Amino acid sequence: MRVRVDSSKCQGHNRCYALAPELFDVDDLGNASELNDGVVPAGLEDKARLAAANCPEFAIIIEE
Amino acid sequence: MTSVYGPVADWQSDFDHADPEYNRNIHAIWEDLKAAGCPIARTERYGGAWLPLTHEMVHEIAYDTDHFTSRTVVVGQIKPHEVDHLPEFASPPAPIGGAPPITSDPPFHQHARRLLLPAFAPKKIDPLRPEIERMCNELIDKMGDKDAVDAAVEYSQHIPVMIIAHMLGLPLEDADRFRSWVHLVLESVNAPREEREGRFHEFNEYLETHIRDHIENPREDLINDLLNAELMGTKLTSEMVGGMVTLILIAGIDTTWSGIGNSIWHLATNAVDRRRLAANPDMIPVAVEEFLRAYAPVTMARLVTEDHEFHGVQMKQHDWVLLPFPAANRDPEQFENPTEVVIDREVNRHSAFGLGIHRCIGSNLARLEMNVAVKVFLERFPDFELVTDEETVWSTGQVRGPRRLPVRVLSRR
Ligand code: HEM
Ligand code: SF4
Repeated sequence: MRVRVDSSKCQGHNRCYALAPELFDVDDLGNASELNDGVVPAGLEDKARLAAANCPEFAIIIEE
Repeated sequence: MTSVYGPVADWQSDFDHADPEYNRNIHAIWEDLKAAGCPIARTERYGGAWLPLTHEMVHEIAYDTDHFTSRTVVVGQIKPHEVDHLPEFASPPAPIGGAPPITSDPPFHQHARRLLLPAFAPKKIDPLRPEIERMCNELIDKMGDKDAVDAAVEYSQHIPVMIIAHMLGLPLEDADRFRSWVHLVLESVNAPREEREGRFHEFNEYLETHIRDHIENPREDLINDLLNAELMGTKLTSEMVGGMVTLILIAGIDTTWSGIGNSIWHLATNAVDRRRLAANPDMIPVAVEEFLRAYAPVTMARLVTEDHEFHGVQMKQHDWVLLPFPAANRDPEQFENPTEVVIDREVNRHSAFGLGIHRCIGSNLARLEMNVAVKVFLERFPDFELVTDEETVWSTGQVRGPRRLPVRVLSRR
C-alpha cells in the first residue's frame, strides 16, 4: 500500500500527522507530505486508511 | 440586549443568527428548515444575507474566492462598500482587508498567512502542553469544594486568554477587557450602532499603545516578530500589525473557549459518554474531534462580489453569505448518523476549522487546549452533571458556545 498527499488540496489541517506520524510529516507552513516515498509499512494499513478518512480536504490518496 | 431588528418572524425568510434563540435552538432550526425543503435561508436584516445549510454549498463557497470575498467575515449592520467614502469608518479594501489574513483574498492572502503559520505549527505548539495542564489544574484548585461550579465562567473562558496574551506579549491582567472586546466584535452585532462605535475606539487605542510600547521596548513575542517581519519586501505598517493582533485576539479566545465549553456541556448532559471518557482518557483525542464536528463553534461569512445564480437562488453583489461550518458538519451526505454524537467516530472529515485557503491557523493550538482542558476536567471531576438547562446561557452570533455553564460536581479528586 502507498499513500500520497495531493499538495494542491492539502490545507494543513494536520489530521494525518496527528493520526499517523509514522506515515506523514508537516512543515512550518502547514504543508503535509508522505514519509518514506509513501510506502506504508506492513501493519500500518489501518492507520493510513484512518488518516485518509479524517482529512477534511480529501487530500490523501491511497493506492492499494 | 435587544436586537435593532426585533423578533424573528420566520427562519426561512427572516432569520437572525444573532438572535439569542438561534444559538439556543440551532439544531432544531436547521432540521426544521431542511424538513421544509429549504437548503438555503434568506433574511433582509443586515442589508440582506443568505444561510446555506449543506456541506456541498459551504465547501463550494469556501473555495470560490472569486464570487465570495472575505473582506468582512463577521456580518454587521453596515456593509463595507456603504462607508468606503467615509475615512473614519472605511476598512482597507480587498484583497487585504482590515485584519489579514482572515479578511484577505488571493493573491495577497497567502503572503500574510505565511507570517503567522510558523508560530502555530505543531512542533511549536506541542511543547505548551505542560503549561496548559498546569493552568487547568490551577483553575480547578481555585474552585475549592463548592457543590456546583460554572464550567464556562470559572474554567473554559480563562484557558485560551492566558495562552494568547502570553504569545502576543500583552498583560494577562487585561483578560477581562479582551473578553469584552471579543464580545463587542462577535456577539453584539445587532446592538445600537452608537454603543458599538465608542467601544471599538477604546479597543484600537489600547492596541496602539501596546504596539508603540513594543516598538520602544523590543522583546521576544509575536507582536515583536510581526513588527520585524517583511511582507513582499517591506516591513509591515503598525496598522497592519494592529489588524493581525486583533485577529489573533478575536479568533483565538472566543472560539476555543466555546470549543471547551461545548465539550463539557455534552459530557454534563450525557452520563454514558462522561463515564466512558473518564474511565478511558486515551479516547479523548477522538472524542474531541467528534465534539468539534457536532458542536463546531465557528460560522464565518463572505460578501458576494457580483450578481450570480447559486444553487437556484439569485445572489446579488454585496449580499452577505454565512458560512456555517457547524451545519456542514451535520450533513447526512457527508456523515453517517450526523445528529448522533458518537465519541469514537472513525470517519470524521469535519470542517470545524474551515475549508480551503483560510483553514484556521490556530487549529493545532485549539486542539491542544481542548484536549488538555477536557482531560484535566475529567481527572479532577470524574462525575458531574448539568445543574439545569435554564441556567445555561449560550453566546449570540457567529461563535457558539456556553457563556454560563453551571455543573454539579458529583465526585472530585
Ligand atoms: C476551537 C477553536 C477554533 C475554531 C473552531 C476556529 C475556527 C476557524 C475557522 C472556521 C476559520 C476559517 C475562517 C474563514 O474561512 O473565513 C478560522 C480561521 C482562523 N483562525 Fe481559528 N478557530 C479556532 C481557534 C483559533 C485559535 C486558537 C487561533 C489563534 C491563536 C485562531 C486563529 C485563526 C486565524 C489567524 C484564522 C485566519 C486564517 C486565514 O484567513 O488564513 N483560531 N478559524
Ligand atoms: S489532513 Fe489533509 S489537509 Fe490536513 S495536513 Fe493532512 S493532508 Fe493536509
